[in-house]
Amino acid sequence: MKIDVRDLSKKYKEVDALKNISFQLEEPKIYGLLGRNGAGKTTFMEILAGQILATKGQIYIDGEKPFDNQKINESICLVKEGNNFKKDLKVKNVLQIFQYFYPTWDEELAKELVEEYNLNPNARIKTLSKGMESALGITVGLASKAPITIFDEPYIGLDAAARKKFYEILLEEYEAEKRTIILSTHLIDEVSLLFEEVLIFQEGELVLKEEADFLRNNTYAVSGTTDEVEAFISDKDVIESKQLAGMMTAYVSGDKQDAVAHGLQVEGVPIQDLMIYLTERKGA
Amino acid sequence: MKNALDDNRPIFLQIKEHIEDSIMNDVIKPGERVPSTNEFATHYKINPATAAKGINELVADEILFKRRGVGMFVTENAKGILIEKRKKLFYENFIQPLKAEATKLQIDSEELIEMVKREEK
Repeated sequence: MKIDVRDLSKKYKEVDALKNISFQLEEPKIYGLLGRNGAGKTTFMEILAGQILATKGQIYIDGEKPFDNQKINESICLVKEGNNFKKDLKVKNVLQIFQYFYPTWDEELAKELVEEYNLNPNARIKTLSKGMESALGITVGLASKAPITIFDEPYIGLDAAARKKFYEILLEEYEAEKRTIILSTHLIDEVSLLFEEVLIFQEGELVLKEEADFLRNNTYAVSGTTDEVEAFISDKDVIESKQLAGMMTAYVSGDKQDAVAHGLQVEGVPIQDLMIYLTERKGA
Repeated sequence: MKNALDDNRPIFLQIKEHIEDSIMNDVIKPGERVPSTNEFATHYKINPATAAKGINELVADEILFKRRGVGMFVTENAKGILIEKRKKLFYENFIQPLKAEATKLQIDSEELIEMVKREEK
């Protein structure tokens, strides 16, 4: 399904959560939605899922607005970091409700996940630990098989082994059937290899939308003496630089080969670091 | 084989290099099948589209060929093509930095050649 975001703004009283954002997600890919706390990620995902309205602008999903639109809502599943389910319901009731709601629901996968995560079908939501509630969220998100599935920090309280299982099954499901998956997380180094495309939000704006491998190829750290590095970066797009004892390292976007040809020491920059440098620069 | 991929270099390149190394080391021989996109994706927990990009570049380089419905296979002269390609890279990746470091240490060409010969003995 095509997602078309047009001039989207959201204002909460005095705070501009989203400032006139526009972009398109054309294809079913695994997207990483990154940014610091308060960047507007959650607000964006809630508008996309039709749970809240924008102040200005609009999101169109295959040409339609998601708010109060059952046909579109059936195609989108948003799993948030908590409070996804009514506290008095039992696990099995939650699964039933989602099964009724999503025409694409995969009951077999749901059962497999319930077993994998040791979820007790008769337990009430309010008795579940944080990790167990997250496991149920993940179960629902994956089993919904919704053409647009959104995970917003879905694994609060989940241990490393349970997270790894989530990544594995997410990948298996995606291989079997392509769908748009938007994954927003602060654990970037754990999942960055899953992303095909990365979006970075900063203070309500979209500061970057790029293929993950293009970023790995087009961002690099160049080191050498301060004079050498300063001469080299004078006409480059520098994200961040630091110096110590006459030596300098600069983080640059552009073609790595330029720096190699200058005989400078060149290293790649992991996506997590890139996110940190980019959002620090904008915030400063 | 590497256990995990680096996040600071393009993943498709690392997949490509993985297959190239297997061919260079005769682990996968001409006519043999290489792992599929999904096998790479599952093993390394990477996006399948990214794995596919690496494999497709090797097809374009005539290192691999596709047999529809069966998979990807190593071509007859894959190793020859790789050796030619790597010789070019050898100059950029080894000779150029070697010369740069030698200049820093005030080692002239003569002394450098002497060192390379000493290594042969």
